[in-house]
Amino acid sequence: MITTDKTGTKTGNVTARPSAQPPVRGRDERSKAASVALHTTLVIATLIALFPIVFIFLVSIRGENGWTHPMEMEGFTLSNYTRVLGETEFLTWMVNSVAIAAGTMLVGVLISASAGYAISRMRFPGHKSLMWTFLVCQMFPVAVLIVPLYNILGALGLLDSYGGLIITYCSVSVPFCAWMLKGYFDTIPTEIDESGRVDGLTPFGTFWRLIVPLARPGLAVTAFYTFLTAWGEVAFATQFMSSETKYTLAVGLQTFVGPHRAEWGLMTASSVLIMVPAGLLFFFAQKHLVAGLTAGGTKG
Amino acid sequence: MSTLIVRTRRSFATHWYAWAMVLPVVVVLAVLVGYPLGRGVYLSFTDANEANLGRTIGDFEVPSTYTFVGLDNYWHILSGQEGSFYPRLMWTVVWTASCVFLHYTIGLGLALLLNRRIRGRSLYRVLLILPWAVPAFVAAFAWKLMYNTDNGVFNLLLSKIGLGPVDWLGDPFVQKLSVIAVNTWLGVPFMMVAILGGLQSIPRELHEAAEMDGASPWQRFWNVTMPGLRPVSSTIVLLGTIWTFNMFPIIFLVIGQAGGTESEILVTYAYRLAFQGVRDYAGSASYGIVILSLLLVFSVFYRGMLKRQEEAK
Repeated sequence: MITTDKTGTKTGNVTARPSAQPPVRGRDERSKAASVALHTTLVIATLIALFPIVFIFLVSIRGENGWTHPMEMEGFTLSNYTRVLGETEFLTWMVNSVAIAAGTMLVGVLISASAGYAISRMRFPGHKSLMWTFLVCQMFPVAVLIVPLYNILGALGLLDSYGGLIITYCSVSVPFCAWMLKGYFDTIPTEIDESGRVDGLTPFGTFWRLIVPLARPGLAVTAFYTFLTAWGEVAFATQFMSSETKYTLAVGLQTFVGPHRAEWGLMTASSVLIMVPAGLLFFFAQKHLVAGLTAGGTKG
Repeated sequence: MSTLIVRTRRSFATHWYAWAMVLPVVVVLAVLVGYPLGRGVYLSFTDANEANLGRTIGDFEVPSTYTFVGLDNYWHILSGQEGSFYPRLMWTVVWTASCVFLHYTIGLGLALLLNRRIRGRSLYRVLLILPWAVPAFVAAFAWKLMYNTDNGVFNLLLSKIGLGPVDWLGDPFVQKLSVIAVNTWLGVPFMMVAILGGLQSIPRELHEAAEMDGASPWQRFWNVTMPGLRPVSSTIVLLGTIWTFNMFPIIFLVIGQAGGTESEILVTYAYRLAFQGVRDYAGSASYGIVILSLLLVFSVFYRGMLKRQEEAK
């Protein structure tokens, strides 16, 4: 588990250094000017990171035409929000997006967990080529699969349905989950497996009873990334979901602003409504994200 | 022959467990990726489009009438007859290189700052990660609104300091800079978080030892920090390159279906081929295969390079 709050405990070393020159500073001390520069840089970076988000929020609470004069700070109203929730299909799209992303996440993690374990622990013919396959699957441009999948799903009557889109997303999420989980399982000591085997568990039993409970943080992080990917996907959803009640958010929002329409009020209000839950999730999950990412990422 | 059978049987006896555990993934990949990919490759050798592909209209079954054309599609693209492939490839490479470079350097810089003892570090970190929580399609629309020529906040700010408006999304060159800015804003937090994790996994003792030996901060950075980051860096740069090369939503939504096509990257162009006007399924599939091949060659090359560097040490 990696947190940033545990550094700076070695100051003892600095004072114990044999050096006799008084002006030498330890690594964690710095001059006033350096401190100011450091904070200035970070503040500027933070402002840039926050600006679009704050801007969207400010526009969203200024009514239907607030976006045409974004610098004025007046005419605050929540009318955009009531319109989005009351007059558009926003809530339906939200439900669709959540259902599809959650479905993708569940299927992806469930199918790929055992494979990730097998690849992490067992050496078998095909081991190397599977890892390669997972990496190659990350490279698939939408253009390769979208036409064949469109035709196949069309033939199966699965276009414009949750199932079709979940199946499509699994083509991306399954290899991704397997890759991430393999990396996470690698960080769990093999002694645990051995003790399980000594106690008479089968390899699958070891995986299911010992490793899965231990790997819960890794599973959660992998699930979270999978959810995010499906949640923000645009290309497939735009083509595959054709009726308004089946749109995901990524498709629905496109209808607010287009060649013939410029409902930026609706757009900004729904953007805020999408960002708030996501932002809160990130706020609470961020430390785990760091740990899971580096565990999964470095051992590719 | 019989030895082969024996060997296969023995190998099955020892490995059946592992194979059983990877079976679900293999089946899913074969059905969801292998089969469509095979079909995509096949389509790329034909002249299939919306008009000649078999379909059902009401009760009528219209049979497929497309024909096999061999390598014509690829020849058409790679020989430059199609006209826009090479300029577009150039722009895609520039787009990928500049985005990944900016992501990595800015992410590294911020991670180094955040890795120091500093007041309010947790707060900075949370706020800097926030863009990551914004889905790409939301970010694309937010920036599109800010880039708006008449009512966009950037042009208003420019006019406040006495400069004329800029046509952010009109002029092809400015358009390209604009989308790179959007993608940089969106992609830095991921790199920053990953690098921060990598920085914290470098043992502190290494830095202390280097300091004892009289290494300057700059030397410590190049000889302790950067090598320590290598495992993280090589993975995220490879993934970042692949993702940026195929980055669909930003280009598609910011430049839009209406805008000039010059700033489109290969992926969005291939997508448009398949779904706009007369749907050119074969052309789009060929483009897709070409993109995939480019990325494959790149990653084989990249991994080889890393391995050689590793061995050179």
